[in-house]
Amino acid sequence: MTDLVEIDNLNIRFTGDRTVHAVNDLSLRLGEGEVLGLLGESGSGKSVTLRALMRLLPRKRTQIAGSVKVLGQDVLAMDDEALSAFRGQTVSMIFQEPALALDPVYTIGRQIAETVIRHEGKSEREAMARALEMLEVVRIPSAKRRLESYPHEMSGGMRQRAMIALALACKPKILLADEPTTALDATVQIQILLLLRELQREFGMSVIFVTHDIGVAIEICDRVAVMYAGQIVEQGTLRGIVRAPVHPYAKGLLASTIHGAKRGARLETIPGTPPSLDHAPASCSFAPRCSVAQPGCAEKLPPNVQIAPDHAARCVLAESASTAIT
Amino acid sequence: MTDVDTPQGMLEPVADVGGAAQPLLQVTGLTKHFPVRGDLFSARKTVRAVDNVSFAVMKGETVGIVGESGCGKSTTARLLMHLMPCDSGAIIYDGMQVGRSLSLRDLRRGMQMVFQDSYASLNPRLTIEESIAFGPKVHGMADGAARTLARELLGKVGLRPENFANRYPHEISGGQRQRVNIARALALSPRLVILDEAVSALDKSVEAQVLNLLADLKREFGLTYLFISHDLNVVRYISDRVLVMYLGEVVELGPVDAVWDAPAHPYTSALLAAMPSSDPDKRTEVPPISGDPPNPIDPPPGCRFHTRCPFAEPLCAQHTPKLTDLDTMGHQAACYMAIPGSGHSRAPAKTTGDNAA
Repeated sequence: MTDLVEIDNLNIRFTGDRTVHAVNDLSLRLGEGEVLGLLGESGSGKSVTLRALMRLLPRKRTQIAGSVKVLGQDVLAMDDEALSAFRGQTVSMIFQEPALALDPVYTIGRQIAETVIRHEGKSEREAMARALEMLEVVRIPSAKRRLESYPHEMSGGMRQRAMIALALACKPKILLADEPTTALDATVQIQILLLLRELQREFGMSVIFVTHDIGVAIEICDRVAVMYAGQIVEQGTLRGIVRAPVHPYAKGLLASTIHGAKRGARLETIPGTPPSLDHAPASCSFAPRCSVAQPGCAEKLPPNVQIAPDHAARCVLAESASTAIT
Repeated sequence: MTDVDTPQGMLEPVADVGGAAQPLLQVTGLTKHFPVRGDLFSARKTVRAVDNVSFAVMKGETVGIVGESGCGKSTTARLLMHLMPCDSGAIIYDGMQVGRSLSLRDLRRGMQMVFQDSYASLNPRLTIEESIAFGPKVHGMADGAARTLARELLGKVGLRPENFANRYPHEISGGQRQRVNIARALALSPRLVILDEAVSALDKSVEAQVLNLLADLKREFGLTYLFISHDLNVVRYISDRVLVMYLGEVVELGPVDAVWDAPAHPYTSALLAAMPSSDPDKRTEVPPISGDPPNPIDPPPGCRFHTRCPFAEPLCAQHTPKLTDLDTMGHQAACYMAIPGSGHSRAPAKTTGDNAA
């Protein structure tokens, strides 16, 4: 399996009144036809990582170090022209709020056609035909009529389908999804998740799916990377992480979901709050909240331990787990 | 300055008037319609936000309300708090009705609310201590006593008063702010707390902390909760009984386990089936229902769910099913499939002596 996305030692700093160390020494691979989940709580750096992949971060206030390669191209070295060809055609993105991501003054059909004309140089008529085809692909009822609709005339679920149609209009190799189902109602969320799963198979895309909801990750991901304080603390196959998490944060996150918790029983929680990101971590970021922290945890960065062929965790405890397996 | 004699204490809790058998909250026929401007030439339209909703909350229990956006759960909460007038229906708090035997001021002492947006619900120009002390001062507590109470309540919700009392809302995290909102709600010693999506905006690990806190406070202060959420896992965990709402109406209500184990309304079944799986080997394969919830402006006639229901029959579009008892444990559903002899092909046969609709 070839890797479409290779991120190595990515560091992202936001400068300004204060410096925020949003992403710290992050390395990531995305294989062909794979759905990778970035799982973490707010402020863990998952959306920032996603935006860095498309260079969507504000240029003046952001310092990016490390290497980001997509299909062998160095994304961080691209000039504006290369970037705009790259966005939409190679990589495209869907967002949490379709109402904010779509342009309110153009019809849905117009917006999809514009992308196709811009990237593939098609004629107006061909582009409109593609727009109609895309609306059918995402199963918008009476698609022909919907081409003429403005975003505000559609319901939330319908708008999210339209945004997916727009993102896939140029058949990108990679789709980046930033919490695309979080703002939707439960019965609509599951429809969109199943649609994305189906389209991913049909188009053979690779997907990076950012979510804070483990249930959502379970429905759609093949592999999962758990993020905390701008770092990936554990990554591996979905089954590996859900069944046998190694990092105490991943364990805590899984235990604190309320799936089937007994009424009246106390929920397991992770005490405390995430650290401020004012300084680059010099030791384990999770150590102050960790119930099994050792004296050494607060002194140096934990190693990234390979536990199994496709399962790694950044924790001193993982070392004993790995010897137990090998 | 009536409560100065116990400076460490809270306001005297609102007295239990009706005794244990009297529901703390009895709601009958609650209705709220909002007029909306139609198109230029069309008639005025109506959002039927809450339509003929009836339920009771017994003392000491936790009642959950679930439903999707636009189903009227938040409007119901606002009506109960008298934040807006209802069109018709009655809200009876411990046997008393506002405007008759109960003043609005006393109702607000007995019933408090925590909102979803923890930041918007705090005054940005008051410190946390001032925000919590504000309510008791309005109700006649001396400034010093109210501040002492505020600090004590901060401790109760797990925030160290010496670190937090003098900070402003923007200086603390969302989970901490929601704890402050809970403390503020408790400052008037209410007996009923309405939690409107109070944990929905929190991260999962923080959500679990706040849910544990709510359980502790309930025990310590003898509270009754009305817990509104779209998250079925949370509602199942915290509630004794649950109401399922769809487009302004209650479609099913009953003890949480009865509703979860044997949902009688197809909408409840769909909601439960729409929850993401927790097992990678048992993913959802088919969406339980298609389409979005319809617009609550001019909802469909008959059963409001019939446009999305896989079992709808002509009967469902013509007549509106009433909430009907399914057993003696208080499990009710408004669906012709659950009403014996209703004429729906999936309805149970009518038993002798049964006078169901």
